[in-house]
Amino acid sequence: MALETSVIQDKLTNKFGDNVTSFSQIKDILTFEVAANSTNDVMRFLKEDETLRFNFLTDLCGVHYPDNEKDRQFAVVYHMHNWVDNVRVRFKTFLNADNPEVATVTNLFLSANWQERETYDFYGIIFKGHPQLKRILNMDEMVSFPLRKEFPLEDSGRTDKDDRFFGRTTTNS
Amino acid sequence: MSNTPDIKVSNTPEGVEGNGFFATKLDSVVGLARANSLWPLPFATSCCGIEFMATMGSHYDVARFGSERMSFSPRQADMLLVMGTIAKKMAPILRQVYEQMSEPRWVIAVGACASSGGVFDTYSVLQGIDKVIPVDVYVPGCPPRPEQILDGIMELQELVKSESVRRRSSPEYQELLASYNIS
Repeated sequence: MALETSVIQDKLTNKFGDNVTSFSQIKDILTFEVAANSTNDVMRFLKEDETLRFNFLTDLCGVHYPDNEKDRQFAVVYHMHNWVDNVRVRFKTFLNADNPEVATVTNLFLSANWQERETYDFYGIIFKGHPQLKRILNMDEMVSFPLRKEFPLEDSGRTDKDDRFFGRTTTNS
Repeated sequence: MSNTPDIKVSNTPEGVEGNGFFATKLDSVVGLARANSLWPLPFATSCCGIEFMATMGSHYDVARFGSERMSFSPRQADMLLVMGTIAKKMAPILRQVYEQMSEPRWVIAVGACASSGGVFDTYSVLQGIDKVIPVDVYVPGCPPRPEQILDGIMELQELVKSESVRRRSSPEYQELLASYNIS
């Protein structure tokens, strides 16, 4: 018997109440929002419940919404996959811009280790309880978080850049 | 036996020739020897490295230029060929490899990435290896064809041939290295 989305939604709502909200079906994946303080519990429930059985963490990554209000500037998106019924689920948790902190899920999935390091590397989101939260792709000396949308993508160290050749001047003369 | 030899012979340097002797400058003899035995140290990180593999192959045959032995170690290597994108995270490693080579050493930056960062005008990419080590020859192209790499090597040979033996102890050269904080 296939796992219905209504079953997933009911189970989550019964257990977590207001901490899980905004259920919607985006394409073919059930998507919902989780309060920042209960991500770990929700994930544990999805993983260990006998009917849900979301045994695989497909992905975990960050998003920056610069136009949102302060409390919802950053999001961490989790994708999980139930291999038994072949059902996927996606949930987001929104974080505060000044203090983007969320509990680690490395205690549930070891693969979250590098995914959380990558998210920290590019967004500066702190995963509390992570065993080794340091940069993984960029160099350690870097002070900025390059995937935040406040960050200039171009290298400012170039000396051969002339705005005229890039169509950036008003007159182009 | 045909009259056209298959072996390319280097020309004798300028000098005084007489009966049973030949006198010339030490610079030219040493330069001749160095130029025709440039042992490469390929530092290949991307597509340019693949082009260099083709250059090493039998068709283009970089061995013709005395570069038969690829040294994947700084030992005995004269010519550092940097081929591909050098990320800022890779820069200290590249520098270390350069510092581990002994004098005389030359550097060729192969392709747009090594020369200037190329299309990767980003926070993570070094905008040209000459930011961290001195470069003798730049090979343009993205990626350059093997002919262009050979051209770069021949260009370097010209440079090596005409270089003074004492160039590397000259104040200008010391100053150049000092500007990169290499002692």
